[in-house]
Amino acid sequence: MNPGLLSTTCAVASRDVLLALRNKSDVANTLLFFVIVASLFPLSVGPEPALLRTMGPGVLWVAALLASMLGLGRLLAADYADGTLEQIALAPQPLGALITAKIAAHWLTSGLPLVLIAPLLGLQYDLAGEALSILLVSLLLGTPVLSLLGAIGAALTLGLRAANVLVPLLVLPLTVPVLIFGAGAVDAAAAGLSAAPHLSLLAALLALAVFFAPWAAAAAVRIALE
Amino acid sequence: MLRGTGLECTRGGRRLFSSLSFDLAAGALLQVRGANGSGKTSLLRIVCGLLTPDAGEISWDGRGISGLGEEYRARLAYVGHLNAVKDELDPGENLRYSSQIAGVSATAAELDEALRTFGLDRARLPCKLLSQGQKRRAALARLKLSHPRSLWVLDEPFSALDAEGVAVTRSLIEAQLARGGAVMFTTHQDVAFAGHTPQRIEFPS
Repeated sequence: MNPGLLSTTCAVASRDVLLALRNKSDVANTLLFFVIVASLFPLSVGPEPALLRTMGPGVLWVAALLASMLGLGRLLAADYADGTLEQIALAPQPLGALITAKIAAHWLTSGLPLVLIAPLLGLQYDLAGEALSILLVSLLLGTPVLSLLGAIGAALTLGLRAANVLVPLLVLPLTVPVLIFGAGAVDAAAAGLSAAPHLSLLAALLALAVFFAPWAAAAAVRIALE
Repeated sequence: MLRGTGLECTRGGRRLFSSLSFDLAAGALLQVRGANGSGKTSLLRIVCGLLTPDAGEISWDGRGISGLGEEYRARLAYVGHLNAVKDELDPGENLRYSSQIAGVSATAAELDEALRTFGLDRARLPCKLLSQGQKRRAALARLKLSHPRSLWVLDEPFSALDAEGVAVTRSLIEAQLARGGAVMFTTHQDVAFAGHTPQRIEFPS
């Protein structure tokens, strides 16, 4: 590995984390959205424990999915608007690696908080200890995939007017497998079955996304900068 | 050092220039002149490799820049009309991150020196509170830290700068030429460089 790669990727990632810390409201918005959406369902369908237990995993996963779409606007669009993205593309390192650093920073500031608060929300759905820990693991494996896929959508819509609406429309269909295996893992755990097959498939999706998504996003960024 | 051969660029169905060639030696200055919309920025972006020309090639030390890739980008400093300055960070933080991303390892003293050159050493404020000219200075401060044998591509570097800012930038460009670097720039201002007559590319309006 060339020596400059590590310092450059660290600089890209730490700048984005610092920017997120300076704009705390962006991070809080994603988290609040997740909490509110996940709390609306018990209010609307009634406090029947059996029903809540059945729909809990699916609702929590859909809420996490939607919440993770909110922050995608700031993943690349701000850098595109102020010229930082040009400078990143001109850095003497592979663009894909630097985009990966941006995605990692984005996940740390938007995905990870969702993962950490999810077990608390799971209590609203009367999920047992085993199911809660599987929920945590499945989100830990799944939310990075959402950030990686989201980066492709964010890169493809750079410079477009309706990007905020377009990104979820582009990305949500691609996230269906993540949703199925993620919610499936928690369902299985709640039913007393092994969640391992679902989690393995989620991990496989993550490996695929880590490999391909930065490359696709970098290609889209180059087109946007032309 | 840098050579463009037979360049052609079409934007939005309109041909901006064709069969454009130039040659830039180490220590030479090249000014691109023309009316608004005549293709100056497009030419500079082609030289950086951000834009692919419809025909022709840019070569650096005899090798095409698309093949050189990272090796070429390590020698390139581009200041576009966007400042690439983050509003939430102060000039020092902006400079530190942007030089790290450009692959330049600068010590704290060098960073301070670059800020002092542009009179930003006491501006410990988020850049959103600074004036347009101060943000431009923060963007140009990156040049102070660039590789000695490098190519600077500057798109309207003097825009929004006051007389002192223009003088500082001008002396920085002169120093870059003196140490064997090359500079390609556009400007609408009359700026004279001591001891250097710029080569010119003129775009018809």
